[in-house]
Amino acid sequence: MSNADSWQPGAASRALKSRAQQLSFVRGFFAQRQVLEVETPVLGRCGVTDPSLSGIAARVSAAGRQGGWLQTSPEYHMKRLLAAGCGDIYQVTKVFRDGESGRRHNPEFSMLEWYRCGFDDQTLMNEVADLVCSWLDCLRPHTLSYREALRRWAHIDPFTCTDAQLHARCGQWMEPQQLVGMSRDDCLDLLMSFAVEPRLGLDCPVFIHQYPASQASLARTSQVGSFAVAHRFELYINGLELCNGYWELTDADEQRRRFAADNRLRQARGQAAMEQDDAFLAAMDSGLPDCAGVALGLDRLLMLKLGASSIDEVLAFPFARA
Amino acid sequence: MASYSTNEFRGGLKVLFEGDPCIILENEFVKPGKGQGFSRVRLRNLMTNRVWDRTFKSNESLEGADVMDQDMEYLYTDGQFWHFMLTDGSFEQYAADGKAVGDTLKWLKEQNVYTVTLFNGAPLTITPPNFVELEVVETDPGMKGDTAQGGSKPATLSTGAVVSVPLFITIGEVLKVDTRTGEYMNRVKS
Repeated sequence: MSNADSWQPGAASRALKSRAQQLSFVRGFFAQRQVLEVETPVLGRCGVTDPSLSGIAARVSAAGRQGGWLQTSPEYHMKRLLAAGCGDIYQVTKVFRDGESGRRHNPEFSMLEWYRCGFDDQTLMNEVADLVCSWLDCLRPHTLSYREALRRWAHIDPFTCTDAQLHARCGQWMEPQQLVGMSRDDCLDLLMSFAVEPRLGLDCPVFIHQYPASQASLARTSQVGSFAVAHRFELYINGLELCNGYWELTDADEQRRRFAADNRLRQARGQAAMEQDDAFLAAMDSGLPDCAGVALGLDRLLMLKLGASSIDEVLAFPFARA
Repeated sequence: MASYSTNEFRGGLKVLFEGDPCIILENEFVKPGKGQGFSRVRLRNLMTNRVWDRTFKSNESLEGADVMDQDMEYLYTDGQFWHFMLTDGSFEQYAADGKAVGDTLKWLKEQNVYTVTLFNGAPLTITPPNFVELEVVETDPGMKGDTAQGGSKPATLSTGAVVSVPLFITIGEVLKVDTRTGEYMNRVKS
């Protein structure tokens, strides 16, 4: 930006006021439910192994340590608090993801993340609905399985279709040479992004759950019928993805295997391997209580509250003006 | 030329796509909750003006296109090529073929300055200035007293362009015309 008005905020004062009200609503919601507000580092020693997330490296030199990462999510630190026995916790924090910019993305954004001990994915979905519906004054969400959503809008069964069928379906968006080397999950992500998401939650908010086990990330998995599914859910309103939640994996060895698998995938794709967070793994070893957790994008929640079509409308200074 | 990855895409960036120079009009980043991100890109092919929508995986890249706009004076045509000269004092000349000149042909007048888009050093397209001043070479006789309102008639200009003009315009007058719409603006005092 080099225009004379580039110093000015991108958000109208209405958006700034609504953001403040939203924050106070969130704090009131959790105070009433006796969930403790915490703060964890934005700048951590480790990044994240997830191949589809790019962290932003920091050039820190302090306390005899060099380098660090702006956190893509407060998850590892919050789980260390959970393992230490702090009970139910929530946090409002800034997270950072390199390369993500657009109508629904800003490389830095506000996240609300919370963990509830003794909850599973279903009970946490209910609490997410309580919070979101009460703030947006909207209908209670329906629940739809990932498989059903893909069948309905992408006209493909994500669990049983062949690779050839999947590639043929993706041909609507990509050239055959672009599909070479794309995994099943990459293809499913394409279909989810272009065929399914725009149709989700148009009449009524909808939870998508029972993701393929290969997309579990940090969720525990189980068998539903003959398919391995992840206890993971996302909430969609007006085609906008609002949150991602898990009935959390508590098995430290399985966590190690997933980190290693992430790094193998990174190397196969020509991405640098990421150091696994040993402090987090040690916390898992010592025992993460049975819990469910969810991360919710507060900027997007505000977009829905205000009917904004671009995230820039709700950020005081979107990245182009930062 | 440098190559650009999807997170460097932005409106106005000129890239090579399927061998043709294209300009990026829009780039929308899309990503499901977890997993692979994609860029939905709208490109205009600078050769054909066709608009394409294409999807790229995050971190796919496109080669930059060596495309630049230069101000040049139109000199003459030899029947096969139209010759232009840089206005930067270098007197360097470029020959544009009929494809590059395209519809701009009807606005080409010697000594006028045009925007010549060069691709790999050769004229790709010729864009006229928004307004040109051209002489009327043919039109029906003017009608006296009809200076303010009512009717219009066709007039042929020195370049061959035909524009709709008020009835009072006569042969030999110089008119200002908007090249974007082909509309008559006003008479120019000569």
